[in-house]
Formats: sequence, C-alpha cells, structure tokens
Amino acid sequence: MNGGREGFLMGGIRRMGAVLLFLLRLLAQSLPALGRPRLVINQIYNAGARSLIIIMLSGLFVGMVLGLQGFELLQRFGSEQALGTAAALGLLKELGPVVTSLLFAGRAGTALTSEIGLMRATDQLTAMEVMAVDPLRYVAAPRFLGGVVAMPLLAAIFSLIGLFGAQLVGVQLMGVDKGAFWSQMQGSVELRDVTEGIVKSFVFGLTCSLIAVHEGYNAEPTAAGVGLATTRTVVASSVLTLLLDYVLTAFFL
Amino acid sequence: MRGVHYGVEGRAIFTDLNIRVRRGRVTAVMGPSGTGKTTLLRLITGQITADQGKVVVLGQDVAEAGSSDIYALRKRMGMLFQNGALLTDMSVFENVAFPVREHTDLPEPLIRRLVLTKLQSVGLRGAAELMPTELSGGMARRVALARAIVMDPEILIYDEPFAGLDPISLGMILRLIKQLNEALGITSVVVSHDVQELASITDDSYLLSGGRVVASGTPQELAGSDSEVVRQFMTGAADGPVPFHYPAPDYAEQLLTTEAP
Repeated sequence: MNGGREGFLMGGIRRMGAVLLFLLRLLAQSLPALGRPRLVINQIYNAGARSLIIIMLSGLFVGMVLGLQGFELLQRFGSEQALGTAAALGLLKELGPVVTSLLFAGRAGTALTSEIGLMRATDQLTAMEVMAVDPLRYVAAPRFLGGVVAMPLLAAIFSLIGLFGAQLVGVQLMGVDKGAFWSQMQGSVELRDVTEGIVKSFVFGLTCSLIAVHEGYNAEPTAAGVGLATTRTVVASSVLTLLLDYVLTAFFL
Repeated sequence: MRGVHYGVEGRAIFTDLNIRVRRGRVTAVMGPSGTGKTTLLRLITGQITADQGKVVVLGQDVAEAGSSDIYALRKRMGMLFQNGALLTDMSVFENVAFPVREHTDLPEPLIRRLVLTKLQSVGLRGAAELMPTELSGGMARRVALARAIVMDPEILIYDEPFAGLDPISLGMILRLIKQLNEALGITSVVVSHDVQELASITDDSYLLSGGRVVASGTPQELAGSDSEVVRQFMTGAADGPVPFHYPAPDYAEQLLTTEAP
C-alpha cells in the first residue's frame, strides 16, 4: 500500500519533471520558430479561428444562463440592478477564462495531440529529424505558440459575447433597467478584475497548449497510443485548469 | 561500423557488429524480421548512439558528434522510409521542396526547377499537385525517394524499400536504386529481406542474425554459402537454425492444464 502510493507520487513527480523539461526545450525553439511567422500564424488560425464558433455559441449560452440565474438571485434581495456587475465580474474573472480553457482543451488541444501523435506514428517526425529539420522547432513550437496566443483572445471573445447574452436576457427579457445594467457595471468593475481574467486565460492557454503538444509529441506511435494521449490531454488540461484557477484566484485576492 | 554493441533495456540487439559500407557501392543488409535492421539505420543516422564500438559515417564518428554536427551530417544523407513518411499536410511538390526550403535560401524559380527535375527522375512530375493521401503506396515511396535525393546526398539509406509493393512498383524502385547509384555515384545502404530482388543490384551483402553478421560477401558468395542460417534465409525454409516456434512451454502440457494462460 505504502509502496504503491510512493510509486504513484514518484510517477507524478517524474511526469511533471518531464513536462517541464519539454517546456524548456520548447521555449528554446520558440524564438527561432518566431522567425517563421507564417507557421505560427497558421497555427493561431488553426487553434483560434477554428474554435471561434464553439466559443461564441458557448459564450452566448453561458451569458444567457448567467442573466437568468443572476436575475432570479438578485431579485430576492431587491438588487436586480446589480445584474450587470455580477455578470461582468463572473465572466471576466471566472467563467470566461475557465470555460474557454475547457472548451479549448476539447476542441484545439485534442486536435493538436492527435495531429502530432499521428505524425509521430507515421514516421513524419523521424523523417524530419533525418532531413536535419528539428521537429520541435518546425512542428511543436509553432503549435504551442499558436495556442498561447489564441487562448486569451478566445477568452476575451467569450466574455464579450457572454455579456451580450446576459444583457439580452436580463434587460430585454426580464426587464432590468438598461442604464442601471451598464452604469453599475462601469462603476464597479476595476482594471484589476480585467487583469485577473487576462492573466488566467494566458496561464490556462500556456498549460493547455503545453500539455497538448507534449502528449502528442511523446505519444506511443500506435493507434491506441494516440487515442490514449488525446484522452490524457483533455483530462490533464481540464483538471489543471480548475486547479490553477483556484491558485490564481487565491493569489489575486 | 566496428564492434558495435547496442542494447535496449538490458536486451542486447547487437553484439560485436561489424559492417563496412564502401563508397559508391550498393550495400545490402539482410536478415530475418526482428534482427534490428531498422535499429541499425537509426545508429547510422545518429538517432541513437551505440553502447560500445564506433559508428563512423563520412569520416565522422557519430557518437562523438554534437547535435549540430549530426544535423550537418544528416544534410549529406538521404533516407527512404518504409512507408514514405511524407508530410501529409503538404502537396507532393511541397514535400520534395521541403528540405530545400529548410536548408537553403534558393530563389523560388530555382526551387521549382530543382523539384520538377527530381520528380521527373522518379516519373512523377505529373503528380506534383497531388496530396500524399491521393497516392498509391508505390507512388508515395517514389515521391519520398525524390525528396531523399533533392539535396544531392552522398549516402542514401533505404529502409525496407520493397515491403508491401506490387511487382511493378517493386521493379520501378529497384531500377531507381540502381540508376541513382550508377548515375550519381551515391553510396547506398539497402535494408531489406527480399533476397532475390536485392541480388540483382547489390555489390556487397551482409546477413544479420541474432545481433551479429553471420555472413557477408557478394550475392553469389552468399548463395553458395554452406552455413545453415544463410541457407535457411536464402531458400526461405520455415524451420532451421531460426526456429518456427517462439519459445513456449511444452505444448501438450499447456493444453492439458486448466490454469491461465
């Protein structure tokens, strides 16, 4: 029992070490990769633009639910005018970065892992190595950078659309005063709230992209191996997002 | 390659392996499946390093080379992978152009001419705009060959170039290997187990078994060998020094016991 726990612990530490080492190697290759802006821009498009629809749709619905629930809750205290503030703070600080990150892991992260994993399984990465092209620089680094750039942008769009959704339900449907909705929001949302959201989405983007690229790059080169790596990407990204969210929230308090 | 030892997780794959590839010749490395032929290629390209012994390629000791030396060395080598290993997100043309774009700053018209020449030499100039998924296995391998020679390498390494090909594609690849060797003087290392096909193009052959060279010489010398391993391999007998059965417990006893497995 004790031995099993120790093995689990050591395994975890070893894996974290491996991921961190991979991050260092990735960062070392990121600067040269930036010298090839076309590759990075392609990946920002892949990870970002192609996730837009799902992010916008989800943002709208989350905002609408927030409007409905917030209204119901605030009405009990007779302060439904505060709906704008509540929705804005909830979206900017929490829901925007966190939900976007979860969706990002499911949409872009899995695509990255399975793409790189299949390139590994079909010898494409080895072929590059033999052609004296470092796959870390050509394949991994641009995808990592693409994810890191795309994630905060997606979170910002999510929050924006979410606010629109909350306004749609709160103001148009439930009849909260439009002026109060926006002016209360303007009055009580501070710059540090926005900063918190940006920092969170950046950290989540880095984490999710790192995990996705790492899992794909080190996937067992078989069909089952790529499948397993894809699953691990989603699980690890989601859990780490929520864990880091707590840590960052505590830090910003 | 002298006295090479290499093992994975305590299991020795090569013990005291000696292979000499002569410049400008076609050297075949043959052997039953699982003798580590692909591992041998990974040793030559410096993807892995030997535990003992020396691997010297183009005058450079691979084990002593730093990563920049290895990369410089790899630019002078071309390798044909078993399944082609074409990059699936670009066209045939871009695949062949890939090493050129990565390693040189040649102007676009020159790259175009270079790529088209190489594609012409493998007979696939007309397929330049196709994607790798639209190619047959034999065509993919010919494109990969064009890519392998686009940087005019001094050494060409073929990993199972005939595996899974129909007789026509096989004949094409065979002829291309011969042509490239004769016309460009490229030193070629062919790893394969297709004995008959290889015999017509190779200068030297090495037969590996159990992690060491069991026979070497010209194809004729190998065919005339009186070693049992060599004879079994050349004639394709199912049982011999290389056993048909993987080591297992007694057959009757295992069938009669009810315990798993």
